[in-house]
Amino acid sequence: MIEMNGEFIAFLILSIMAIGGAVFMLNFVRVVHMVLSLAFTMLSIAGIYVLLNAEFLAAIQVLIYTGAVSILMLFGIMLTRHRDQEAEGVRPWHKFFSFVGVAAFLGILLHTLYRTPFTEETADVGRFSVDWLGETVFKQYVIPFEAVSVLLLVALVGAVILARKESKS
Amino acid sequence: MMPVTSYLALGAILFSVGLYGVLTKRNAVVVLFCVELMLNAANINLVAFSKYGLYSNQTGQVFTLFTITIAAAEAAVGVAILFALYRNQNTVKVDRYNSLNG
Repeated sequence: MIEMNGEFIAFLILSIMAIGGAVFMLNFVRVVHMVLSLAFTMLSIAGIYVLLNAEFLAAIQVLIYTGAVSILMLFGIMLTRHRDQEAEGVRPWHKFFSFVGVAAFLGILLHTLYRTPFTEETADVGRFSVDWLGETVFKQYVIPFEAVSVLLLVALVGAVILARKESKS
Repeated sequence: MMPVTSYLALGAILFSVGLYGVLTKRNAVVVLFCVELMLNAANINLVAFSKYGLYSNQTGQVFTLFTITIAAAEAAVGVAILFALYRNQNTVKVDRYNSLNG
């Protein structure tokens, strides 16, 4: 049984915030509210990273997801048609079957997770450091790093070309 | 000590919520954002296994860094494709994008 300690209480609060934000996202009517509640979920996930001794990733999560991606999605909403709200009851059977399928998937997943005997061992958390992370990325994983930088450049150029207005010719 | 199962369960729940959103939401921007939520759920698993496990070390965080990068690129390209589609079809409802329908 899980003993009540600080880490467990923090995990409980953060996970309730994360799941609550995601579920509210499903229930909100206006699209802007959905994006804001999902940004709240991303912020809670950053807290989960801090619990898992990944402070650098938590900072990155706040910067990229709650900052950049949320603003990008808000731009996407504001520049397209956002006045019309989610129509209710257009395809009730579609929603029902989606819910049943996803619930069955989640049930199987949780059942498997709670039956699997995971090891109780923990990594030597005291040796986790940003120094190690940077050295590993720039030494052992330098080729994937360069590949990712090329991919980011290609994605940037591709996004500009795709979103540009087409010329008349 | 917190067992790893709690973190994995949180990841599974967030993934399922994102999957349900992708399947049922009709606004294309919200569908894109639900895909981001699913990627985040996978990231939670990677970071959890970087702390708990037999040979756990910080390499899981390196993988998460790469995943976040790819997800950011995916979001940018997705929104760009959405703008192009909106300019052509004048709608953001995913079930209106049926020009490939036979």
